[in-house]
Amino acid sequence: MSVELDVFVGNTTIMDEEVYQLWLDGYTVNDAVKVRMEGGVMDECEASKDVLLSDTMDQYRTFQMCERLLHSPAKLANQLLFQIPPHRQIMLIERYYAFDDTFVREVLGKKLSKGTKKDLDDISAKTSVTLKSCRRQFDNFKRVFKVVEELKGPLVENIRQHFLLSDKLARDYAAIVFFANNRFETGKRKLQYLSFQDFAFCAGQLISNWTVGAVDNMVEDMDVDLDKEFLQELKELKILITDKDLLDQHKSLVCTALRGKTKVFIEMEGSFKNLSRGLINIAAKLTNTKDVRDFFIDLVEKFIEPCRSDRWSAADMKLYLTHYTNSAHILDTFK
Amino acid sequence: MPGKLKAKIVAGRHLPVMDRASDLTDAFVEVKFGNTTFKTDVCPKSLNPQWNSEWFKFEVDDEDLQDEPLQITVLDHDTYSANDAIGKVYIDIDPLLYSEAASVISGWFPIYDTIHGIRGEINVIVKVELFNDLNRFRQSSCGVKFFCTTCIPQCYRATLVHGFVEELVVNEDPEYQWIDRIRTPRASNEARQRLISLMSGELQRKIGLKVLEMGGNAVVGYLQCFDLEGESGLVVRAIGTACTLDKLSSGTPASNACNSPSKDGKEALPTSSSPPPFSPSKPCSRQSSSSDTDLSLTPKTGKNTWPRPSFPFSSLPSPTLHIGEFPFFTLTSFPPGFLLHVGGVVSARSVKLLDRIHNPDEPETRDAWWEEIRQEIKSHARALGCHAVVGYSESTSICEEVCILSASGTAAILNPRYMREGCLDIGCTDHRFEEPSPPNCGFCHIPYDELNMPFPAQLTYCYHCRRQKVPDVLFTTIDLPSEAAVAGKGCLIQARLCRLKKKAQGEANATAISNLLPFMEYELHTQLMNKLKLRSMNALFGLHIQISVGENMLLGLASATGVYLTALPAPGGIQIAGKTPGDLSSEHISSIQKRINDTIAVNKELYQINPPELAEEGVGSPIPEPRHRSRLFRSHSESSDELSELDLSHGKKDAFVLEIDDTDAVEDIHSLLIDAPPPTGFYSCNTENMPGISNWTSGVQMFTSVRVLRLSNANLTNQGLNKIFTDLCENLLKSFYFKLRSMIPCCLCHLNFTVAVPEEELIQVTVTAVAMTYDKEQTQEKTAEKPINKGSLEAEEQLQFPLELCADSSSSNIQTASKISEGRSRSLRSSRSFGGSSVTVVKMTPLSFLPGTRIIKYLGIINMFFIRETTSLREEGGVSGFLHSFIAEVFAMVRAHVAALGGNAVVSYSMKECVFMENPNKNQAQCLINVSGDAVICISETDQESSASTANTGQTGGSETDGAT
Repeated sequence: MSVELDVFVGNTTIMDEEVYQLWLDGYTVNDAVKVRMEGGVMDECEASKDVLLSDTMDQYRTFQMCERLLHSPAKLANQLLFQIPPHRQIMLIERYYAFDDTFVREVLGKKLSKGTKKDLDDISAKTSVTLKSCRRQFDNFKRVFKVVEELKGPLVENIRQHFLLSDKLARDYAAIVFFANNRFETGKRKLQYLSFQDFAFCAGQLISNWTVGAVDNMVEDMDVDLDKEFLQELKELKILITDKDLLDQHKSLVCTALRGKTKVFIEMEGSFKNLSRGLINIAAKLTNTKDVRDFFIDLVEKFIEPCRSDRWSAADMKLYLTHYTNSAHILDTFK
Repeated sequence: MPGKLKAKIVAGRHLPVMDRASDLTDAFVEVKFGNTTFKTDVCPKSLNPQWNSEWFKFEVDDEDLQDEPLQITVLDHDTYSANDAIGKVYIDIDPLLYSEAASVISGWFPIYDTIHGIRGEINVIVKVELFNDLNRFRQSSCGVKFFCTTCIPQCYRATLVHGFVEELVVNEDPEYQWIDRIRTPRASNEARQRLISLMSGELQRKIGLKVLEMGGNAVVGYLQCFDLEGESGLVVRAIGTACTLDKLSSGTPASNACNSPSKDGKEALPTSSSPPPFSPSKPCSRQSSSSDTDLSLTPKTGKNTWPRPSFPFSSLPSPTLHIGEFPFFTLTSFPPGFLLHVGGVVSARSVKLLDRIHNPDEPETRDAWWEEIRQEIKSHARALGCHAVVGYSESTSICEEVCILSASGTAAILNPRYMREGCLDIGCTDHRFEEPSPPNCGFCHIPYDELNMPFPAQLTYCYHCRRQKVPDVLFTTIDLPSEAAVAGKGCLIQARLCRLKKKAQGEANATAISNLLPFMEYELHTQLMNKLKLRSMNALFGLHIQISVGENMLLGLASATGVYLTALPAPGGIQIAGKTPGDLSSEHISSIQKRINDTIAVNKELYQINPPELAEEGVGSPIPEPRHRSRLFRSHSESSDELSELDLSHGKKDAFVLEIDDTDAVEDIHSLLIDAPPPTGFYSCNTENMPGISNWTSGVQMFTSVRVLRLSNANLTNQGLNKIFTDLCENLLKSFYFKLRSMIPCCLCHLNFTVAVPEEELIQVTVTAVAMTYDKEQTQEKTAEKPINKGSLEAEEQLQFPLELCADSSSSNIQTASKISEGRSRSLRSSRSFGGSSVTVVKMTPLSFLPGTRIIKYLGIINMFFIRETTSLREEGGVSGFLHSFIAEVFAMVRAHVAALGGNAVVSYSMKECVFMENPNKNQAQCLINVSGDAVICISETDQESSASTANTGQTGGSETDGAT
């Protein structure tokens, strides 16, 4: 005796958020049943294991049928197959596009290609995110990337409108797309201490200050590619380290401004020339795609690590960079 | 040329990719009605084509308008090969044919393919211009309204109830025609869908004609069924109750005409200007070739006078009733005062051997079969001293060439006062009816003669009025009358039974089945009775007994809602006895006895059954010693037309003494106790109204669930099978409770179980029901004051007070919900739009009402038939995946049609047929589904004042949906 067929269909589609999360996390039906049993849901309604199994299968089937729609969330709102209240639709989309920070950290800056997809089982083993969930997250990245690639207009806004995501999630996706497009290297050991959110912040800054879109907001790929002209112009900064007078002048201006405002003043003064050279060299090389990829590793090696060994605090760093920038503006060459 | 049909194809969306090379589709549309076809231009390379076609005009007879559906086919243009069909939409234009319903059909329809399911959507506008045709020989019946609802629809008043209408049409099943061997499954499925659509249209038209001849303008309680007889053909049959309905002006709340719990009819009754009377409908004499019972074998008395020789009031001049040959009513609930007395359930079954229908134009055999059964029902009703049968329904079960026809209803006496306006020729008045019996107990009083009882029964004086006799238990197929006084809450009671039978062919098979039937009925009845006692209740409403036949077994499922009627005596307990008084296992027996007594005590508590104290006084009769008698009057005839009557009472033996004489008996008692009560916070019933709960809040969830069990063990015993079947039903209920736990406190209403034996070792159970939330605190308050059974006044208060509350809460719910969604979308920036979505929320319910709302317009009936087939079963997620998506698709198509009519809800929804066949070895499966219901516009109770005055239904409908989306 066996149950050959077992379905339950509601006029309003019934979806349990807990089961949805288990499905998204890539649990098999049987594992999901175990988790639910441990969660104590059985006590709620005098349910038995069979009831739980039947319910879980129904829900999994519903989610599988919905998945096609979730690939283009705008369809979810005007499809006729499932009657889902709007706030549930928002939940479904938001959760479907949510990702694990540990997973995204692994693929950040990598090409979203079949090659990377093949490595997902390694990543799954490393991050202990199930392979199924890894695939979903990876496919989401790829899908968002493909759609916004061909669109004009601001990146975050495009993602939000096409995928109906919250502002926060849209910004995160913008960062992922931006990193994937520019292929920034983030996997080196020295960069491991940085979290996804750290990089997402950087991506936000780069998008709003260094891309074509920062200047002109109606060109293709405006937010995805760095502004070539801007990068070219960065080369002119070299004068700050090649011209000895200018270097000294800059240093003295910065030091005057910093004196008495920080505990590490001596170290700042001592390493000024080195740090300035480090920064300017990174900036001047950014016309090479290879060097763009190494942007973060270079920054860490040439600038952050020396500062850290001198025990600068975050506030010191901010102060230093503010004055570094402001002082440069005062120099005759840049007036 | 009395009508012009106009259709316009606007656009498509979400079309499937038909050209792999370009990932696009070159779509165009064919619009077909009758034999005329129009085409749109090809919209190249688009998955969201904009056709914006001209108006395609069809000039047609109104007869065709009624029969034919508008057929829209979406195709992919292919220059070099044949165009590929993407899918079809059938639009039933019937709702456009009567003035009060929809005026335009406009909206997005899912494009449906029988192999691939829904493939995108198409936006269509359809209009009809009708010209008046006064031809009296016309064959069309435009303008007759159809309702699936089995009560007088809200916002209408019945001025006349004419009586029973029936019709059937037959045809060859395209699936079994020779051509089926050479055509594709798709072509075959489409031929079937189209044929059934045509036959339904024709059937409805013919019924409409009968109604017009009777002088009515509507059919209420319209029940249409298909018999897929396989080789021998396809039968579409329908029954209904012809009425003359008056639309109430939209300002006045529907009053006397409807019994929905959201309205209270009582106050309207005394003041009511014209309660629905019966009309002296002439027997319709038509020259139609179709089924026509008037031409059949029954001796036709010009006017059907009902002689009631052996009943007390027969000495008085009996009121002449002219309610057709069959005084049957498919309605299950009536305006207060309509129903005078209820006799009990009458049912009849007959086993027939199917043979090919030779001449589809003269379906006389099928007509004769039903005729015979109806006659039987009529005679049973007469034996119970009743002149009418209410809550009447008919059904079939077919396996190979054997067919069981069943009919059942409730024998009743209707108030002649309602007939007087119609039949002015009644000279005399019956004194018995002059003095109105108290409304809350009158229907319980026996209609038959005490000294001449049709079956042994124990009568006591009514516990309410002390004037009339009442039986100790009452079984009916109708809903609990709104005026009835009950104690506590009702609950779903089911009797389940499996009987093995030897495989056989032809006559022998039919005889074997016929021989089994009485035993099954007897056992089902005993089970029901015991379970009723176990719950300490004394009446069953909505009783529905289904017997389903398979190759090697018969399944019986009886469902009803048990309730404690305070007018009836308290049920006695159940006594357990050994075979001999001094049995050895007396300890064992006393332990079982204790369990039973405990269960009864627990159930009393659970269903809050605290009957009024005064019942204890007992007039004349002390606490009645419980004895079993049957209110169920049944019989069955076999193919040989032999008629056998079965007395379901246990003769002299006291039935509530359960004898334990063998292991089977022990098993039986165990199975009695197996039924788990619903978990806390849940109640269940299979009727329209849940006895004891009326303060519904706005939560509504309609659902359909299907489960198929494969019996792997071929050597099962009856007992083993019973256990499996019982567990199957119980587990289904448990699943529902679990899934719907977020709605607690909630009640599962109108639980409709259908069983089938699709293959030798398969048992299929299909359930459709609605879960509705209610206000718990309100109920408790109410039940505290409930036992004071002061009758209608109080009941009215009870009804109206919670009503206001629930309306409030529903509206505030909606408000908060919209606030939440607004708030959210705002926080996500206004730019985050849902693509300007305009999908109307369409609620569905098997009940005739939606809590917290008022129906302001009926838009016509929805009657849809779909076939879905697959040759890639595994890829679609196996049988469950296949059926899950099909049911979801059917819901989607129903909702789309309702929305296109301008409606926002379907009431009286039912899934009449769900035939599932599989062949996993070939990776194939096929399923047929037939659904029906009434498309309506309903508005929230609180909107009533503001919108009623404007009476702009279109606008209110729109704003409602906006609010809900």
